[in-house]
Amino acid sequence: MSISPKEYDNDFPIAWCPGCGNFPILKAVKQSLAELGLKPHEVIVVSGIGQSGKLCHYMRGNFFNGLHGRSLPVATGIRVADPSIPVIVIGGDGDTYGEGGNHFIHALRRNLNVTLITHNNQVFGLTLGQASPTTERGFVTKVQSHGVFLTPFNPLAMAALMQAPFVARGFAGRLPHLTGLIKEALQVKGFSLVDVLQPCVTFDRVHTFKWYEERVYDIGEEGHDPEDMTSAILKSREWGNRVPIGVFYRNKKTTSFEDQLAPLKKGPLKNLKLDPSKAAELVETFL
Amino acid sequence: MSDKQNRVDEFNLVAAGAAGQGIETLSVILGKVFVRGGWHVFALQDKESRIRGGHNFFHMRISRKPVGSASMPLDLVVALTEESIELHRKDLSEMGAILYDSDKGQLPADEKHHSVGLPFEQIAKEAGGSRIYGNSVAAGAALAIMGWDVADLEDFLKSFFSGKDEAGERNAKAARAGYEKALKLCEGFQRTGLGRIGRAERMFITGHEAVSVGAVAAGCRFFSAYPMSPSTAILTFLAEHGEPFDMVVEQAEDEIAAINMAIGGSYGGVRSMTATSGGGFSLMAEGFGLAAISETPLVVVEGQRPGPATGLPTRTEQADLLFVLNASQGEFPRFIFAPATPGEAFSMTVKAFNLSEKYQVPAVILTDEFLADCYFTEERFDLSSIRVERHLLSEEQARELKEYRRYALTESGISPRSVPSAFGFEVTADSHEHDEWGHITEDPVMRKEMMDKRFRKMAGMEKEMSPPRMLGDPEATLLIVSWGSTLSAVAEAIEILNGEGVKVRGMHFSEIWPFPRKHAEDGFKGIQRWAAVENNYTGQFARLMAMELGKMPDAHVLKYTGRAFTASEIVEGLRKEVLGS
Repeated sequence: MSISPKEYDNDFPIAWCPGCGNFPILKAVKQSLAELGLKPHEVIVVSGIGQSGKLCHYMRGNFFNGLHGRSLPVATGIRVADPSIPVIVIGGDGDTYGEGGNHFIHALRRNLNVTLITHNNQVFGLTLGQASPTTERGFVTKVQSHGVFLTPFNPLAMAALMQAPFVARGFAGRLPHLTGLIKEALQVKGFSLVDVLQPCVTFDRVHTFKWYEERVYDIGEEGHDPEDMTSAILKSREWGNRVPIGVFYRNKKTTSFEDQLAPLKKGPLKNLKLDPSKAAELVETFL
Repeated sequence: MSDKQNRVDEFNLVAAGAAGQGIETLSVILGKVFVRGGWHVFALQDKESRIRGGHNFFHMRISRKPVGSASMPLDLVVALTEESIELHRKDLSEMGAILYDSDKGQLPADEKHHSVGLPFEQIAKEAGGSRIYGNSVAAGAALAIMGWDVADLEDFLKSFFSGKDEAGERNAKAARAGYEKALKLCEGFQRTGLGRIGRAERMFITGHEAVSVGAVAAGCRFFSAYPMSPSTAILTFLAEHGEPFDMVVEQAEDEIAAINMAIGGSYGGVRSMTATSGGGFSLMAEGFGLAAISETPLVVVEGQRPGPATGLPTRTEQADLLFVLNASQGEFPRFIFAPATPGEAFSMTVKAFNLSEKYQVPAVILTDEFLADCYFTEERFDLSSIRVERHLLSEEQARELKEYRRYALTESGISPRSVPSAFGFEVTADSHEHDEWGHITEDPVMRKEMMDKRFRKMAGMEKEMSPPRMLGDPEATLLIVSWGSTLSAVAEAIEILNGEGVKVRGMHFSEIWPFPRKHAEDGFKGIQRWAAVENNYTGQFARLMAMELGKMPDAHVLKYTGRAFTASEIVEGLRKEVLGS
């Protein structure tokens, strides 16, 4: 039973640049939650630091806006406390794949049941325009003054290789498509990644909305089989004249982290009564 | 001089061998037999940072009165390798004896001490059916030399290994065989006066086991950690025993993840804890500040080992006090507890959970390798007095609210805390400076309001702190100040000096921060000179005293070899630095 996305509106002033690719992502997040009938107090948004990290302030909802790069560990603890509440993790490319790169690897290994939405604009916005882990080779910044010569990180290939349940890429310029991806991701049991191509209107004069509009296409419409990992990985390497978006990989044969934890089978841990006298049996073992 | 003694007040035993030889199990079994027999046992673990080989030993002090530090000389060395004989025979008393594995090593030609050499594994195979019972043979043989009834050991082994096939029976048979063979070889130097003096129901437990039991009793439901000596014992213990108590234990990918996971668990509504050593806590520093600004309750165990960097991984020091006190950028209130004994480690863990939730601030349990790994004899933990106090918004309070503001400005500084989805409103948390709703702010007025709000909690927090322990002669004008795990050695040193007519008293702190200023000032009444005894180089607690009370010590007794103090070392140190004799 869907609700109005307006339920998610708040009046906190938005500090993003006019025309920023973050606006449509915010809209897509609100829209997909509303379509799933979730009320603001029934969902938790966890975010880090960077322009993306502010997203949770611009909508209603429970939120934990933590440290740079550390959203996935915070989300892990939140899921342990109560796996009945859906968790969205919002991060940027620097936040998720740079500072938090290790946690990204291990959240994939855990198959944590969260939806990770990465605002991937291939640049550091908040610190005014340095290269990020996903910046294309050759891109010149004030720090990478000879152009980036490091290999860009490929989050889709890694997630597919780790057999994540849901691996997708959206584009901030295609709102209904992106909303559909986020909605599907939220219904997946296990780790879901929605990497979102998002033009930085201030620091990237190359990858503009127009640049993407001319290149993006949905791989589903061209016969890609999302159960085929090899094909998903190969597709994730396509970049240039054509830029693929859509569902790259699906894996239904997984068990989430939360479902493997025996104490959670009794229901949310936070609801279980605490009884200190139960520790008596432990004390006995030291006699 | 007779080899026989009628009354033994104390007996020192070392069990030594290579890593992987089961020294710990052997020692714990013997320790529990002695504790059940009414004695107080302290056992110090000395191990190298390696998995196999090298030299490890357990130094066990068995006494009629409570003990909490090692003492010399030795009465018995149980040696499982030739190297162990060589390393420990020099510490034997004149009457001391060596029990050694005659298949693994030989005594030096000039050996003057009494000795018993037995092929432990061969006897084990004959009596129990496998060489794996060799350590039970050694334990039985040790009891023969000590003149302790082997039936106590047999009973214990049968109950200890119960349910594991016939392991209990087989171990008991091996122990009896070792006992009988040794009995024939120790004629003339077998001790008397040791043995059961009662039936005690005391615990034989390490500091980190006590922290773990405390966490279970306090209702900790989520423990996330990355292995690091000496904190790993907590991770291992809770992974093994936590599940029946509905505890989730997760080995994180690094310490940064570990602390952020615990913070997430706490925000989500369950009591959460992490544990590490100084190196891991260095990585956790930013997360520690996150708990503070987001006002998320969190308990962190920091088991100190000598640094900097990797330092001495399996050794002890008290050198992270000022680090923990100042850790993370910015300024915020925190609790620091430095338990002196496993009993305190247990009760302070419970207290840390309750106070961390009451004041919504992070709490540190600052232990060290000595307290963490050593075995102490403790009265059975009292679970009946434990109250779990969560201080969460009640349904009634929630109903009365017109609007929920997670960081509402209050007189006490404590804002109403709720957890996501508990009621029909949203719960926020922010690492930025924020307004009452948890939204980012850079407003100078709100910044000041929030800083003031957080620090208003200090008034309440200070009142929660227990006074330091006062030791020794209350009339003395010389004061010894100490903290944390040195309590037993310091108390014993003061007792020795008082016994010699030297007037000295002690003030020992286990609850460190907020600094119990009033209590500390009271402790200085009538004092003319004072000295700080600490397991570090710079006298960190003395520096804290200077900061908080404006008092500079007249002398320091410091040890930073990576090993803990013995009482006699403190006595010597005080003679040299303060007493002038």
